[in-house]
Amino acid sequence: MAKGRVAIVAERCKGCGFCVEFCPTKVLALSSTYNSKGYHPPEIIALDKCSGCDLCGMYCPDFAIYGWKVTDEKPNKAVAAR
Amino acid sequence: MSTLEVLPQEVTNPVEPFLRTERIPHIWCPGCGIGTTVNSFARALLETRMDLDKVVVVSGIGCTGRVAGYVELDSFHTTHGRAIPFATGLKLANPSLTVVVYSGDGDLSAIGGNHLIHAARRNIDIKVICVNNFIYAMTGGQSGPTTPLTATTSTSPYGAYEPSFNLPQLADAAGAVYVARWTAFHVRQMTRSMSEVLKKKGFCFIETLSPCPTLYERRNKLGEGLDTMRHYKEKSKVRNGAPTSEVALGMRDDIIVGKFVDRERPDYSELLHHQMITQLGDKYVEAPACSCG
Amino acid sequence: MKNPTRQLQHADPAGVLTGTHFLDGDHACCEGALAAGARFAAGYPITPSTEVVERFALRIPKVGGTFIQMEDELAASITLLGAVWGGAKAFTVTSGPGFSLMMEHIGYAAMTETPCVFVNVQRGGPSTGLPTLPAQGDMMQARWGSHGDYEMIALCPNSPQECFDLTIHAFNLSERFRTPVMFMMDECVGHMTEKVVIPPADQIGIYPRRHAVRPPGEHLNFEPDEDLVPAMAHAGEGYRFHVTGLTHDERGYPAMNPETQDRLVRRLVNKIRMAAEELVQVEEEGIEGADVVVVSYGITSRVAQKAIELAREKGLKVGKLRLLTVWPFPAAKIRALARGIRAFVVPELNMGQIVNEVERAAGGAARTYGVPHAGGTVHRPEAILNVIEEAAR
Repeated sequence: MAKGRVAIVAERCKGCGFCVEFCPTKVLALSSTYNSKGYHPPEIIALDKCSGCDLCGMYCPDFAIYGWKVTDEKPNKAVAAR
Repeated sequence: MSTLEVLPQEVTNPVEPFLRTERIPHIWCPGCGIGTTVNSFARALLETRMDLDKVVVVSGIGCTGRVAGYVELDSFHTTHGRAIPFATGLKLANPSLTVVVYSGDGDLSAIGGNHLIHAARRNIDIKVICVNNFIYAMTGGQSGPTTPLTATTSTSPYGAYEPSFNLPQLADAAGAVYVARWTAFHVRQMTRSMSEVLKKKGFCFIETLSPCPTLYERRNKLGEGLDTMRHYKEKSKVRNGAPTSEVALGMRDDIIVGKFVDRERPDYSELLHHQMITQLGDKYVEAPACSCG
Repeated sequence: MKNPTRQLQHADPAGVLTGTHFLDGDHACCEGALAAGARFAAGYPITPSTEVVERFALRIPKVGGTFIQMEDELAASITLLGAVWGGAKAFTVTSGPGFSLMMEHIGYAAMTETPCVFVNVQRGGPSTGLPTLPAQGDMMQARWGSHGDYEMIALCPNSPQECFDLTIHAFNLSERFRTPVMFMMDECVGHMTEKVVIPPADQIGIYPRRHAVRPPGEHLNFEPDEDLVPAMAHAGEGYRFHVTGLTHDERGYPAMNPETQDRLVRRLVNKIRMAAEELVQVEEEGIEGADVVVVSYGITSRVAQKAIELAREKGLKVGKLRLLTVWPFPAAKIRALARGIRAFVVPELNMGQIVNEVERAAGGAARTYGVPHAGGTVHRPEAILNVIEEAAR
């Protein structure tokens, strides 16, 4: 079961790939879709592996992603940040 | 993208309160590491629970000079090279402020080099975060005092041949009480160092290396920002306490990172106070907290 | 000075050396700054201005404030701006080469609307020139020295007493208009020792900082009042504001487009231009019925006085117009005078700077004669007299 979740602010993303590269459990991949600026934001490919460590959030130069730990048993899903 | 759902109310990006979100997206290029350092800085402010009304960011000119414009703090985007003397005036006029100078290698060590060494010598109680991308990025990738030997830049088209500054050694020799170097890869360590300097009195200097994919990496065929981040990961060796004379950077050498200096030395205000009390006794009137009504 | 928005306050007695003194102009300037409430000075040694900060360094630990000698004039001229945003009244002092180095920060102060005073004790130039000897060669540099468009306020004292009085006035103007003010002394006035009367603190009017009155969230640091001057918050007060030398909007955020540039630069210029009539100070004597009016400022006005007396002895009708405010230039005054006289004579310790302003303002209604001098000493009264005689013909 996933211990964490991750939120992506797709419109802020510039597609640098730092979050994908340095995610310790390889939760993320750059998606094939574009945001309105023409960048590929990350998407979640391994829903169950997220530990909620927020390393993706720490690496992000654009403040476009962040993770957090969850205590309930809900499975991880990508969420749209407000 | 995967299916999206609405975020629970209680979850927001923890760095959000530290940013002028209405000004984001920022101007920095995809793969630039300056934003990552700002991310670490925001986390350091969070960790240390600083009174944000009392933290001020002062920047010079250049890509890193734009940091002041993105932090939700009192912030000053000053002139090229002069963030440190501006910060000096600010700190001396209102000692209750925590004054952070956040600027680039060219701004701080070339045009502002004189102020860097003198503020360190005086031990002015300011915190300097120097993002080093080895190049003048804002103006199109010219060489600077940190450009490694042989690197190609727009003003060293046949390769740089001037020796470069070893910034930690410079800050150390000039008298900084805290000197560290990290890279944009070392987000946790960088955050820890930033937290430490926010709580430490005296002149503190953190150098943090950042990719400049648009100008430095591209011209030197070093790939994208991500490739440089991988390079930092592979080539960095943590050597806390290393003599700063041994941490010079080369083009593709190992990168010595760590906290090199952490020492105690009376700061400018203490020295001033001590001297005045010694000389003037009770005739000495301490500068009041400034207020011009 | 009429104050459109605020009452003048009494000076803080801690900085006022009430009494009758025998002081040189540099020291009197320092006392004026202290009386005006300046509690922060950043400087770098340079002849013939250093005595101002030497005295400040001696006095300030007993008054309560800060003096810091910086590593160069580039640093000094922005350290004081940092201090102002930290809540202080601040100034710096320099001469010739140092003034040249400070130009960028005069522009930064104008752009960021940072109230402060730059004192320039003028010496002979260009370059290192005559470090210990007088000139008035920086008058145009004071007006135009920093790049881009802005309006400037510059005052010229001609005695140690005025070094005291007008330094206070310089601070008051800087606070009222939120702008840097140039205090343009010269080596002679700086090193001349005369009687200086310093009144009690409650007889000295101080224009207080135009501090934000609305709370954080409702105040914008660059949103102008009716007189086009905005109020400012200081760092550390919870306003979380941004200040930049880039073209910026009312919040202080960079907004680099022609519309914002136009709005900002017009306001920076107009806030001073629209008050020019009121803020200009001149001293006039014997203007009524004069054929020739001698226009002078600073030390040269004292030599001009002698020349005017010599000319009157010869039966010439000569008036005196002394500029205490050189910038903004008293153009309306000159224009009005030009209609009733034959000529202006403008002696100055430079090769012709303010004379061109006089000629421009006269608009051909009266002739204009310069009396240029490269500096190093003052004019001989006879040199000015000769030109007065020529002009009267």
